Amino acid sequence: MMTTISNVAVQDSALPKVRVDLLPLLLVPLLALLMLPLIGSFPTWVTLTVAGLAMGMMVFMMASGLTLIFGLMDVLNFGHGAFVSVGAFTATLVLLPMKGWVEADSILMNLSVVGLAILLAMLVTGILGWAFERIIIRPVYGLHLKQILITMGGMIVAEQLIHVIWGAEQIPLQLPTTFRGAFIIGDAALEKYRLIAVGVGLTVFVTMFLVLNRTKVGLLIRAGVENGEMVEALGYRIRRLFVGVFMAGSALAGLGGVMWGLYKETLTAAIGGEITVLVFIVIIIGGLGSVGGCFIGAMLVALVANYAGFLAPKVALVSDILLMVTVLLWRPQGLYPVAKR
Amino acid sequence: MIKTLLSGDLPRSRLLTAMLLAVLFGLAFAPFLFPGARSLNVAATICVFIVLVASYDLLLGYTGIVSFAHTMFYGIGAYGVGLALHAMGPSWWAICVGTAGALSLSLVLALVIGLFSLRVRAIFYAMITLAVASAFAVLASQLSDLTGGEDGRTFRVPELLQPGFHLIEREILGRAIDGKLITYYLVFFAALALFLFMLRIVNSPFGRVLQAIRENDFRAEALGYRTVIYRTLANCLGALIATLAGVLMALWLRYVGPKTMLSFEVMTDILLIVVIGGMGTVYGAVIGSALFILMQNYLQVLMKEASGALAGVPLLANLFHPDRWLLWLGVLFVLSVYFFPTGIVGRLRTKAVLRRLR
Repeated sequence: MMTTISNVAVQDSALPKVRVDLLPLLLVPLLALLMLPLIGSFPTWVTLTVAGLAMGMMVFMMASGLTLIFGLMDVLNFGHGAFVSVGAFTATLVLLPMKGWVEADSILMNLSVVGLAILLAMLVTGILGWAFERIIIRPVYGLHLKQILITMGGMIVAEQLIHVIWGAEQIPLQLPTTFRGAFIIGDAALEKYRLIAVGVGLTVFVTMFLVLNRTKVGLLIRAGVENGEMVEALGYRIRRLFVGVFMAGSALAGLGGVMWGLYKETLTAAIGGEITVLVFIVIIIGGLGSVGGCFIGAMLVALVANYAGFLAPKVALVSDILLMVTVLLWRPQGLYPVAKR
Repeated sequence: MIKTLLSGDLPRSRLLTAMLLAVLFGLAFAPFLFPGARSLNVAATICVFIVLVASYDLLLGYTGIVSFAHTMFYGIGAYGVGLALHAMGPSWWAICVGTAGALSLSLVLALVIGLFSLRVRAIFYAMITLAVASAFAVLASQLSDLTGGEDGRTFRVPELLQPGFHLIEREILGRAIDGKLITYYLVFFAALALFLFMLRIVNSPFGRVLQAIRENDFRAEALGYRTVIYRTLANCLGALIATLAGVLMALWLRYVGPKTMLSFEVMTDILLIVVIGGMGTVYGAVIGSALFILMQNYLQVLMKEASGALAGVPLLANLFHPDRWLLWLGVLFVLSVYFFPTGIVGRLRTKAVLRRLR
């Protein structure tokens, strides 16, 4: 009897060690290395890998906001794709009138015009996110069925409004002059814009990681994901946190939209709806609510899509689904399950 | 007799009864009342959509499952019959083979998806079905050797259903009794039978369990019902009926293609109709489909005029452009989810109840 009690006391005094789960993290390099012999040629492999990483980064930008919103507020925004479209279309407001700067052969001019476009897009989508949360989502917190329906309706309306404002035709979007072309290293061609996308994506990820892990706001967000009621009970206004995260997530989707639009070089209002499917697969693979999982999921999905597109084009059509099924068979809650979800 | 036919689930509102009767008679005598190929096409589309939407209501309104794969099952039915007729030539045998193949594929897919993801929460299922359905649509448009790709496939139907076929030489009520008419009545009666069948299902003890799951799945489980099994059954049933709706549509159009059968627009149409018509009331599908398809075909003419009148004003003219009618429906959709979640039918029924109490 005595021994058990003392055992409990010992266990209470020391916090359990945080279990570090590195296995999913290793998946990405493992996958890339495994594919090397299958593809055969090293330069092709490098090109494919960089292309995959670039696409993964862009998808991550769009998906991270969604998964964080879900983790914190238990709201899955089926209209998230609308922010992607709106972001991309807002960028045209800068990129089309300032065509001279886009076409100029100067990195500085190109960078500033794209930077301006991104800033405006993030601002607009952030404000739109605030309005969306306020008008569409607030009345249906906690009601999943209505959330799905209402955000879907919001998506339809937003898509149609884009048609009203920008017209129904496709808009060609020109990539700035210095962003075109590719670096040739050995035999491998690395497209410049893809490298830029990787850079921006990594910046977003690192910033997000630091904010979530090194700041007080980040601590509150993580605590909110774990147990929102407890955070509220400790005297923090979790509603403000909700709105802030929702705006940030929407702005990130806008950023992703601009990058994605420049990558595709043509814009249609359906751009957001098309990417939504991929974004959903990514956050399911990552574990709903987990930002780290979302990052790994995005990389995996994009790499697999690129490799499969090269090795077996027909398989590439369903590679996302196959990957999702495989991951879920291994870990039914996603790579990094968030507690209680 | 009517009570048995409707499984004891009467409209329970005078206005609703009148509307339903109007739709029923309009559809039953459509070839004679509204001459012209276009209006007959509208009538047949309404018939098929009533079945399709009601089968979706089985999931959304009665069981509380949000699925985005309903067009996939609809498409499977259409493609099953279409490809079978295309490959085997116009025969009844081909229709049977195509339908049977489509039904079994739908059943297997619905079972797998259901068992895989219905254990978890509604949101999870919605996401998975969205992913699977979009992958299926991509497959259908890419495997062009089999499906005809983006162009789809046109095919010939058995002789009895061909427009050139005449059953009797004389005209009846000014309408030739040709294959088109026979196909229309095939679609109409099949739709009617399926509709009554679904009415039977939702008013059976099985349907009550589904409603219990919708209201509170934890409590339903506690009462001893295995919710996963009931959900999966409802899912399979909805999928099979949607497949049959696809079969009817393919026979009517004599064409299958990804745009008309599998695109996400069809899915949003279904969602809009269910919610505006009334979730959890099979009759909502009838009223919703009739209104929606009529609007889709005739409201645009009206909007064209409005747009023409506003031609000078830049943004407003766009707002009323005939292609923007979905915008207005989307707004109506959002408003109805908030303010009258039981849709038109639910609204009418509540009014009738209130009047009786007065």
